[in-house]
Amino acid sequence: MFDSWALTLVVFLPALGAALLIAVPRQAESVMKMVALGTTLITAAVGVGILAGFDYGATDTLQFEVNRPWIDVINSRYHMGVDGISLPLLALSMLITVLCVIYSWDHFPEPHNPKAFLALMLVLETGMNGTFVGQDLILFFVFFELVLLPMYFMIGVWGGPNRQYAAIKFFLFTLFGSALMILAFLALYFKGGNTFDIPELVANGGSIARDTQILIFGGLFMGFAIKVPMFPFHTWLPDAHTEAPTVGSVILAAVLLKLGTYGFIRIALPILPDAAHAWAPWIGGLAVTGIIYGALGCLAQKDLKRLIAFSSVAHMGFVMLGIATLTNYGINAAVFGMVAHGLITGMLFFIAGSIQERYGTREISRLGGLLLQAPRLAWLLGFCAMASLGLPGLAGFWGEFPAILAAYQPAPGLSEGLFRFYMVVASVGTVLAAGYLLWMYQRTAFGTAKKEFADAHVHDVHVPEWLAWAPLLLLILLLGIFPGVIFRVTDGAVQTVTSALQAVGG
Amino acid sequence: MTGLVAAAFEAPYLDYAALAPEMVLTGVLLAVLVVDLFVDEDRKAIVAQLAGVGVLASLVPILFLAVDGNDRSMFSGAYVVDDFALVFKALFLVSGYVVLLMSADHIEEGDYWKGEYTFLLLSSLLGMVVMSSSRDLLSIFVALELLSLPAYMLAGWRKRDLRSNEAALKYYLLGVLSSAVMLYGMSLVFGATGTTVLEDIAVELGGGVTEPLVGLGIFFIVVGFAFKVSAVPFHFWAPDTYEGAPTPVTAFLSVASKAAGFVALLELIFVGFFGQENVWQPLFWVLAVLTMTVGNLVALRQTNIVRLLAYSSVAQAGYMLIPFAVGGSSDQAAGTAQTAAIVYLLIYAAMNLGAFAIVIAVARRTRSGEVSSYAGLFSYAPGLTVLMTIFMFSLAGIPPFGGWFAKFYIFKSAIDAGTGWALALAVIAGVNSVIALFYYAGVAREMWMQPAPSDDRTPIRVPPALGAALAITAAAVLAIGVYPQAFARLGDLAHLAVR
Repeated sequence: MFDSWALTLVVFLPALGAALLIAVPRQAESVMKMVALGTTLITAAVGVGILAGFDYGATDTLQFEVNRPWIDVINSRYHMGVDGISLPLLALSMLITVLCVIYSWDHFPEPHNPKAFLALMLVLETGMNGTFVGQDLILFFVFFELVLLPMYFMIGVWGGPNRQYAAIKFFLFTLFGSALMILAFLALYFKGGNTFDIPELVANGGSIARDTQILIFGGLFMGFAIKVPMFPFHTWLPDAHTEAPTVGSVILAAVLLKLGTYGFIRIALPILPDAAHAWAPWIGGLAVTGIIYGALGCLAQKDLKRLIAFSSVAHMGFVMLGIATLTNYGINAAVFGMVAHGLITGMLFFIAGSIQERYGTREISRLGGLLLQAPRLAWLLGFCAMASLGLPGLAGFWGEFPAILAAYQPAPGLSEGLFRFYMVVASVGTVLAAGYLLWMYQRTAFGTAKKEFADAHVHDVHVPEWLAWAPLLLLILLLGIFPGVIFRVTDGAVQTVTSALQAVGG
Repeated sequence: MTGLVAAAFEAPYLDYAALAPEMVLTGVLLAVLVVDLFVDEDRKAIVAQLAGVGVLASLVPILFLAVDGNDRSMFSGAYVVDDFALVFKALFLVSGYVVLLMSADHIEEGDYWKGEYTFLLLSSLLGMVVMSSSRDLLSIFVALELLSLPAYMLAGWRKRDLRSNEAALKYYLLGVLSSAVMLYGMSLVFGATGTTVLEDIAVELGGGVTEPLVGLGIFFIVVGFAFKVSAVPFHFWAPDTYEGAPTPVTAFLSVASKAAGFVALLELIFVGFFGQENVWQPLFWVLAVLTMTVGNLVALRQTNIVRLLAYSSVAQAGYMLIPFAVGGSSDQAAGTAQTAAIVYLLIYAAMNLGAFAIVIAVARRTRSGEVSSYAGLFSYAPGLTVLMTIFMFSLAGIPPFGGWFAKFYIFKSAIDAGTGWALALAVIAGVNSVIALFYYAGVAREMWMQPAPSDDRTPIRVPPALGAALAITAAAVLAIGVYPQAFARLGDLAHLAVR
């Protein structure tokens, strides 16, 4: 019973909660918060049930599977399931939403309106969870698109001064990608045996002619690469991140960016193995360009949030490099990198939001002396900066290092020389990452406060903040020490991806 | 040819069951005309109520016919009641009902001639219902005139308003011109084939090489209908007419009247001229590309909500033309193309009518059609804002609202055809849907992200009839978006018999 309903609950409970929220009268703000928190907690509880019931011995098979008719006329089915790749991301998405509700408890950005804000957050959760468990291209597409609207409004209504530009830019970029993506999905349908079912397509996809595969992969690439975002499609990201309210930035960084990389691993690589081999050198090239470009961009930033946004471009470059190697090692690293980046960058955006709330600015040159004024907050910032630059023992390390290592020995059929060159470039990127993060930390935390804030009374970390941050901080540490927790889950599922790739790579 | 030979008069076979929807509707519109004469000025609402009930009543025989399921054909194939006809009759009647709901308070408050208005609206509706069954050049033409002539008058209903006069005159002149062009094309086709029944025309024409005369005839007929569905470059009347006409009439024109044009095109192309795709496919390809691109680009610059919706509906017509541009390559492609066009029309009707209902509701308060008058709507009319957001993003094709499925099916028809031209068209449509998002999201931005112009926060009072119209359309848009199966099946059922 639970097995067949769990995923449906996980996906649609938040939507139900959003509907409930709308019915709550305007004045009853505490009721709204309780409804939102309750919904996310119940959803997370079902998620814990899934984690507990998951068969870790068979991570390569879809579990908690539901497969019912949905739109018969186009052969699209309501097919959901989790395997080892989906599971960590699904858990991440549910955890982040709970924490975001807690963080917003009394941090509602202007123009307040908690009802709409929380409802949008819940709709976002439905879209994110659905994307990670959908096993039918059309179902995937609907959820993939479902996250656009709430995020558009979150940035556009509750964002910073330049919010309207950032919101529409985010929307237009992503929609452009998904318009081409849906065409690619349709092409897969007709070439891959008249089905939208992802596992079936993985079985049939290899037989599509190579040239056709390369063309279809192009459409998928546009859809996913813009979402990741890969250089040179990243320009929407710094704007969106900078203008979004704190919670919006956190969800965007922690979960939304993963939808793109997840799409590559779930759909593009295993269904179109020939094309993956043809595209991999280019993807790898763009990935390392992104690593260097993002790092250099970081060095030039004056705004704390913008800096973190550019660091996301660099980090997602590592994830994409891992994917581009097409090896078991690299893709495992990529999934780990996705989770680690979600935790760390989510945390960094939380802290940036809290700093802005206290000082009213995110301009690095106006900040300073955080260690004196709010020592706990400063230590947390330092901890996350260390995690972000890939310090061994923290989660960030296990996303970057294996990805670089995987580039040393890419999948058979890919140019070793080229990928070793990529490896060197990516290593330089880690050095630059240490540079920009430490420099940022030095400018914000060390020294004494600038004159304008010298006498300011700065509150250190609040209780809701501790509540929202503690799970993330613990996980960053835990996954850093026991990376096997994730690798054990992902490995089996990644095997199926790479075996689909090896079938043709030879 | 038998119908043309003069012999002793023999009454044609009439299947009264098949004609029941038309007869009920005719009865109602006559009743409306008579009742209007005897009702006092302050009780005219009863006329509209009678009309509403009557329109719903004519849906009843359609249900019976649908359950019965037999195809019925009369007048040697000139008038056919099949699933295709029933689906569209139901669509027209439901759209007509929603327009009546939208008109109820609009026309009343504006001090217009309510009885006559209702009568003309029903007449136009009757024309559309007849159009759904027409499978003959003549019956198509008669249906078209029956639906167009009342619409010309309705467009000018605000007779003391110069813009409304202009709207009616433009619509009338261009409408008559297009009818003439179309009629000339029909005469050429009749000259070449000697018959007006579409099925017989298909047999006479066969496939393969097209005579220049027939090619010219098809060209003129398509151009005539391009006026009706406001395809670029024959769209110039639409924005002016839409802006000048009373808003419920605009909704009626942009949805029902446009759909009727597409119904006629479906009948003509997929029954009469199937096999002559070398003539019409390139023609529709060019029309589709021009219509969606020009419609979207010009819509970007609009500051008036009705003009914006007018250009948006031009662009939407462009998407609807895509199936025609790709549907001729094979029987399978024709099947997908028909489903795509039918599904699009059904969904488009719901979302566009809904958008116009919001325009009417908001204008009751702001007395303005400027997009900027929507600023801050969320702060004092959150319900209307959410609904308008749903309709806008549905028109833009964003899941989970109905529009995504309509667009999806259009893409599917293009990819299914699989030719290079079809693929190019699909990519152009994809780029266009991104352009379109900009202005649809622009309306949402105005409502959600701009401050309200005044401090007046009194909510907008939505009269019950208008509220019902909103509820029907919003429910349809959401239901289709989440569970498209129910509606897509209609599109699949309702295929015209391709030879």
